[in-house]
Parts: sequence; C-alpha cells; structure tokens
Amino acid sequence: MSFFEVLTIIIPSTLLTAAPLIFTSLGGVFSERSGVVNIGLEGLMQVGAFTAAIATLGLEHAGVGSASPWIAILLAAVAGGIFSLIHAVVSISFRADQTVSGVALNFLALGLTIFLVKMIYDGKGQTPYIGHNIDKINIPGLSQIPFFGPIFFQQVTYTSYLAILVSFLVWFVIFKTAFGLRLRSVGEHPAAADTLGINVSKMRYIGVTLSGVFGGIGGAVYLVTITSNYNVSTIAGQGFLALAALVFGKWHPIGAMGASLFFGFAQALSITSQQIPYLDQLPSVIMLTAPYVLTLIVLTGFVGRAEAPKADGVPYIKGQR
Amino acid sequence: MSYAIEMRHIRKEFPGIVANDNITLQVEEGEIHALFGENGAGKSTLMNVLFGLYQPDQGEIYVHGKKAVINDPNEATRLGIGMVHQHFMLIDKFTVAENIILGREPRKHGILDLAKAVKLVKELSEKYGLDVDPNKKVEDITVGMQQRVEILKTLYRGSDIIIFDEPTAVLTPIEIQELIVIMKRLVKEGKSIILITHKLKEIFEACDRCTVIRRGRNIDTVAISETNPSDLASMMVGRKVNVQINDAPYEPKERILEIDHLNVLDSRKVNVIKDLNLTVHGGEILGIAGVDGNGQTELIEAIAGLRKVRDGSIKIGGRDVTNQKTRKIIEAGLGYIPEDRQKHGLVLDFSVGENMVLQTYYKKPYAQAGILKNKVITKKAKQLIEEFDVRTPNEKTLARSLSGGNQQKVIVAREVDRSPQLLIAAQPTRGLDIGAIEFIHGKLLEEKKKGKAVLLVSFELDEILHLSDRIAVIYEGHIIDIVNPKETDENELGLLMAGRRKGGA
Repeated sequence: MSFFEVLTIIIPSTLLTAAPLIFTSLGGVFSERSGVVNIGLEGLMQVGAFTAAIATLGLEHAGVGSASPWIAILLAAVAGGIFSLIHAVVSISFRADQTVSGVALNFLALGLTIFLVKMIYDGKGQTPYIGHNIDKINIPGLSQIPFFGPIFFQQVTYTSYLAILVSFLVWFVIFKTAFGLRLRSVGEHPAAADTLGINVSKMRYIGVTLSGVFGGIGGAVYLVTITSNYNVSTIAGQGFLALAALVFGKWHPIGAMGASLFFGFAQALSITSQQIPYLDQLPSVIMLTAPYVLTLIVLTGFVGRAEAPKADGVPYIKGQR
Repeated sequence: MSYAIEMRHIRKEFPGIVANDNITLQVEEGEIHALFGENGAGKSTLMNVLFGLYQPDQGEIYVHGKKAVINDPNEATRLGIGMVHQHFMLIDKFTVAENIILGREPRKHGILDLAKAVKLVKELSEKYGLDVDPNKKVEDITVGMQQRVEILKTLYRGSDIIIFDEPTAVLTPIEIQELIVIMKRLVKEGKSIILITHKLKEIFEACDRCTVIRRGRNIDTVAISETNPSDLASMMVGRKVNVQINDAPYEPKERILEIDHLNVLDSRKVNVIKDLNLTVHGGEILGIAGVDGNGQTELIEAIAGLRKVRDGSIKIGGRDVTNQKTRKIIEAGLGYIPEDRQKHGLVLDFSVGENMVLQTYYKKPYAQAGILKNKVITKKAKQLIEEFDVRTPNEKTLARSLSGGNQQKVIVAREVDRSPQLLIAAQPTRGLDIGAIEFIHGKLLEEKKKGKAVLLVSFELDEILHLSDRIAVIYEGHIIDIVNPKETDENELGLLMAGRRKGGA
C-alpha cells in the first residue's frame, strides 16, 4: 500500500471525526472568551446527539426524507442552547462555581437523555438507527482533481467543510466585530467593561448560550455522520476532547479548529489502523487509547503556557476590590 | 454661577460603618479641586456615589446646576463625568485604541472599524497632549502611558468633569510632574477636575481649592492660596502632626547584619548584586538610597532567603544564614516588611488575625500538637489591633477589605511585635497617608531605641534623610558610598544615586 493510499484513508477519516470536535470547541471559545468555563461541553454534545437522533427519526417518520438530519442538526442547536441556560443561570446569575456547574451539566445531560430514550422506546437503552445519515460522498468536480481530489474531496461529508468554514466565521465575529470585542472584554476584565457601560451578565449569557448552540451542533453532527443512533456511550469523551482542543488551541477559533483536526487525526488513526501497514500489527488497545494519550502529551508537553482569558472562571460581582 | 458638581449632604452607610456622613462638595467650573483625606476617610465612597457605582442613602447631586440621579456609570458618563480609576480599568491584551473605544466602537457596515478608532485616538491624544501609541497592547506600555489611556477613555466619551482617584500612587516622580502638566492643560481646555489624594505636595502644586474630609465627615473647603501644608495636614488628621525625627543618640552596638562579597542574580540571570559589602549594627537605622532597579529588591530578597545567593555570605547575629530557608532566617532574628504588601506581606483572603501569626502559628502558644489555638490567636490579634491602631471592624475581617494603610499596619504589627534583631523595612510607607506614615516612622525609631538593627529601603529621599543614622547609596548592585545624613543633602545623594562618587567625576 502506497503512502498516497494511506493518505486517502486517513485524511477523509480525520475530517469526519474532527467536525464534531470543531463545532463543539468553537462553542467553548464563545463561553470561555466571555469568562465562563464550560466543562459541560460533553453534556451539551449529548443533548445535541440525543435531539438529533429523536428528531431525525421523527422527521423520517413524517416523510421528510434526506433533509431530516439537516433539520435535526438545527433542532439540536436549539436544544443545546436551551440546555446551556442551566449553566448560565447557575454560574452567572447565582455565581456558583463554574467547574461544579459544568460537571453537573454533564451528569444531568447523560441521565436525562438516557431516561428519555428509555421512556420513548419502552425501556430500551438506545434509539433505533436513523435511516438517513449525512453520507460520505465524493464532492462533484473537486474530487476529480488529481492527487488532492482523492485525499481531500472523496469519501467526505459536507459537515466537515462547514465546520472549517464556520471556524473562520467565528474568528471574524470574535476579532473583527464590536460584539466580539465586548465579549472578549468581559472575559478579560469584567469590571473595566462594566465601567464602560457593557452589560457583563448579558454578554456572558450570550457566550454560554452560543456554546450550547455549537455544542448541540457538534453532538448532532457526531450522531448523523458517525454513530447513527444514541445510547449511553455515544458521546463518551468527545466533549472533553473538544475542551482539550479549546485549550490546545489557546482559546482561539482557528487554533481550536487546528487542535480539533489534530485530535480528529488521532482518532482516525485508531479507526483506520487495521487497514494501514505496520499499524495493523499493533494491539488495537493501543490504537484505541491513542487519542487520549496524545491529548495528555500535547496538553502537558507542547502547549506551553496556555494563557486563558484572565477572568475565565471568575464570577463577576459588582464593586468588589 | 452654578457649580460643575455639587454634592449636598451626602450620606452613605455600609453595614457597621457610616462611610459618608453629611458631606458637601462643591466643585467650580474649570478648577482642579482636591478631595483630601486619610486612607479610609470616605473619599472613594463619595466618588463612587458621584460615578453611579453606589446610591447615596441621603443627599442630592447637581451637575452644572441641574439635579441628577446617577444610577449607574452609564448615567454618569452621559452627564459628562469620567473617572480615572486608581487601579486601572484596562484590558492588558487589548490595544490602546481598543481599550479606548470599547463600548462605543466606530463601525463600518456593522464591522469594527479599527482604522477609524486609531485615527480618533490619535486626534484626541494630539489635542490634549496625551502621548500614547494606539496600536500597542496595554501590557507592553509604561504605567504612565496606561494612565494617559485612562484619561483618553474619559475624553473619548466627552467627559468634562474628570475624577482622578489617587492618580500618583503608581507613578514615578517624573511621571507625576507630567501628570500635573496634563491636568492643568485639561482645565485650560475647559474641563473640571476632582483630584482624590492624600499627598500634600501635589495639592499645592496642582490644585485651586481643597475639600478635607475625615472619618466620613466634611471638615472644610479652603482655597490653596490661603492655606499652608501644616494646617492642611492637621485638618486631615484631626490633630497636630509631628514629623518623626531620629533624635535618639547614635550609639551603634554589635554587628547584627553582616553581608560579605555578596553576588545575586535577578530573574533574567543577570548579576544584579555585585560584590556587595554592608554591615548594620544594633541601635541604628541604616537607610539604603538608590534609584529603583539598582538591586535593592534583590538584596533584601537575598537576605530574607527568597532569592538564591550565588556567591558571598550573609550573617544575622553572627549566624550564617546564606541560602537558608526563610523560616530558619526568620528564627535567626529577621523581621521583614516587604515592598509589595499585597503580594508578599499578607495572605489577602486570610483574616487580620490569621495574618498576624503567619510566622509563629506553628509555635507555642499559638499551636499545640499541631492544632491551632484560636483563642490565643484571637487574643493576640486583638491586642495588636489595639496597640497598632489598625482600623478594622474586628480581627476576623479579611485582610483584602482593609485600606492600604491598615494593611501595612497589620504587617508592621506582626513584624515589630516579634521584636526581631534585624528589621528590614522596604518602602514601608509607600501609598500611605500622613497619619499612617508618622505612626510607622515612630515604630521604626522605637526599634532603634531598643537596640535593634533596622535596614530601611526607600525611594523617598525625605524618609531616608529623616530616619537614617547612616545612608548607604546603592548603585548598579554595589554600595558606592556611605554618608552621614547630617552632613549631606538631597543634591549630593542625587548625584551619588546617579553613580558619581564624591570628589570625582
């Protein structure tokens, strides 16, 4: 097997697994740039994935057909946004510890979604498989480009390109608009923003809600492109990987995208290792743990001093010294 | 003629304390009006009421003669009131221009127009002579420039009444002069200024009139041309202020601190202390004079065991403490009032009482078998609060919530009470008001009289000249001369501090 062939396996697989991470870590960017740590990304992805499964199944049943998963992604975004309000109320309005609140969000999401699955499907622990995935396709035209076509544009899903596109959009919003400037200001120095008439709570609510929207999309994309049904272990750790990508990417949208692609690559390696010479000799346990081990190594060794937004994780209390 | 600002009979209570009690402040159009009072007298509270951060319990505010209700900073800004905060309200990672336009961003098709922002900032900075670089990040500019950014923020919002909250506390002497020039220029352009301060010098250099408040009450408003520094000082403190002078006879006893050929590296691995020799005797105050950055910080950190000594030795009371652990050095007889009281002097989120036993908590009588004796600690804390006149609701109050002067008193109480053989006092009165300065100077002199050795490091030449028995001038990491304060003056010291030895070029 030539190196070229290896690339045609690994790169499309990387793009596929990276897309949910990209969306979710972008959500993290919004939340943490506004000064609210969001460990609940995992839970938000679960809510997104669950909503996507139920919605797709429902829409299919109603005869919507192949548009179902796309509409389901939108519904998952709404669900994630609403669910994240719990975190916003607890940590912004009531100034509770943001880490604890985020952890609670994760527990709550898993418990609630599985409970609902059991309720809807007569005690079964998982949803049926959806009929219409967002399938891997060869992009018309682009996939015919010699060399690059088969690597980047064959056996891929549109969601991957959408994720990369949205990263640049988020970068633009955060660094080139007045809204972004204000969002970052409340994450860095809320008291300064407050004296300039910026509503700190409002900006943080927006940041957290956007993290819910993007986390929901991330979970939904994972479901409609990769797993196709929802159960207790569907999301298993994806949200935490997205959180790691956020830190690895230094709270920067493009950085988070790059880090997500890296983690996507690590996951792609473990998924495709059986098809790749030499790697197929390794015990599969090693390949399956690789993404997480790589995460640890990267976070401890290569990130260096990651500088979080200064007020990230600090509740804002007016008038405190 | 109406006043630019008139605050009538303002009262503001906090739980357990009346911060402002019937205060009236009248600021004329186009004047620099000083609001003068000790730390904790209620100056900041009054200004926070004016700026809309607090609501007064009683009283009225008039802006340019019109009654105003100021519910939040937005309303204050709308009325043309701007505030230059003592702790700068700047975002380090933003550029100067971004900091200034934040909240009122120029836009083009909904997108942030940074080019226009830079242009606007440049225009403003030229108009008022406030030199800033709009494209630099705040973390990369000097403190003086950061302050100019704060001023520009208020001007950008069209303020014509600007409050300066203790603006000189963080500035070097040259920057202070520049600031006074800026304030006079602002007044010339039609602005009115309220200057919150406890420093007499700047009031007489910059202000037209002065309102004195003490313990939340109005004392008087006077024209600067009709008063003098000592009257104003007594008005602020409420009694005659005595300048503490080192009048006890100079009778040096045995050597307490002996520093021999000391070499120390700074955090960038540069040799900042070079072959330094110094001896401090019991019964003397040795003042170290020098321009900031000539090794003072590293020298005292090396003595206190906070920085590694590369070469040479330090002895306290004859015991070699070079590169020992700090606790060992403390037990050998070191007391240490650090330069930065919030970073190194106190645990801000501990109570006053806990802070007072930071070096002794593990010893009897404060602990037994590893368990803290809270009753004993409380009793000690109460005694020290009384003895050192620390203004705090009680010993359980967090150190963070005290004013700077009272925080410093907590440290001085802790260090002096142990009556160590060697007391290092680094910038012991920086940022403090006259009353607190007088108190701390008195304590240092008492230690001398008890026969202890005191090493005083200060950038205030007055302080060094008043208190020291000998003055060692530090320049580029070594002592270039030791002079007798009675036979020298600021000029000579200034030359020495710039590295010129007596008699030579």
